[in-house]
Amino acid sequence: MLETRDRELLAQVQLGLPICPRPYAEIGADIAMPEAEVIERLAALKQKGLIKRLGVIVKHQPLGYRANAMIVWNLPDELIKPIGRQISEFAFVNLCYQRPKHDEWPYNLYCMIHGKDKATVLKQLEALNEACGLSAYDREILFSRRCFKQRGAIYQVGAVSNRDCRG
Amino acid sequence: MLTDLHKQLLNDFQRDFPLSARPYQDIADRLGVTEADVLGTLTELNDQHFISRIGAIIPPNHIGVSTLATMAVPELQLQTVADKISAYPEINHNYEREHRFNLWFVAIATDDPHLQAVIAAIEQDTGYRVLQLPLLDDFFIDLGFKLDLQHA
Repeated sequence: MLETRDRELLAQVQLGLPICPRPYAEIGADIAMPEAEVIERLAALKQKGLIKRLGVIVKHQPLGYRANAMIVWNLPDELIKPIGRQISEFAFVNLCYQRPKHDEWPYNLYCMIHGKDKATVLKQLEALNEACGLSAYDREILFSRRCFKQRGAIYQVGAVSNRDCRG
Repeated sequence: MLTDLHKQLLNDFQRDFPLSARPYQDIADRLGVTEADVLGTLTELNDQHFISRIGAIIPPNHIGVSTLATMAVPELQLQTVADKISAYPEINHNYEREHRFNLWFVAIATDDPHLQAVIAAIEQDTGYRVLQLPLLDDFFIDLGFKLDLQHA
């Protein structure tokens, strides 16, 4: 868990770095933190893995990536970790998580693929199946349809209004 | 139509954004353009909704708690139910997917009692059962996403 100052800083960063000459000074000003301390703390958070990446967060859909699929598998427990790691290596994979099974939903490994169209995503999925030996296991492919709401994770609930849904 | 500068800014700075007092100047130096070019081009990309923000990707469950959740909602009621769920400030993603479980959302909260209260309120409010699918393990190392912008 994070100390309070790091938490305040990340809440600011989550709103987006301003596009201006001194962005770190600007986000620091809102929480009374000097620019040098902002930079130092962000570097330390990256170092500790509490920031996975810092940079431009693109919207896939307006850039031509119109198909998004969540694929779920029912894997034996001992295969979840090795296969999860293997799946994560593929450049077209966007996320890869283990989640608990339910009676009505017996899947425990999830991955996300953004592709230009459905056919491309299905072809990429075929490549995954083959490389990771996944064909024998139950799976479902859930393409996204309507987006009702999307924004970055905001942990200070109510800190910002909802962003739009174009990505 | 995207210029080379648009494409470089979209693809080459998704990670390791410079941690210096003048990060946009550093980017400009690397690309051989001016800081004003970088600021102007990023502003355009932002205005055209090609980027969501310049920000941080934080691993799940280090700040607060969250869960993926799903519901099976009859098609005719989907929009109404989705709107009710989107109205909660604790919801940050809410999508329709092609499946009997057709509504998928992510709820985030400061702690577990708060999260459970939100889920219970949603069930009460909509009359449908919520299946909670919290993260158990994360295998993904996020290096950004190499966009193919050849025809963009």
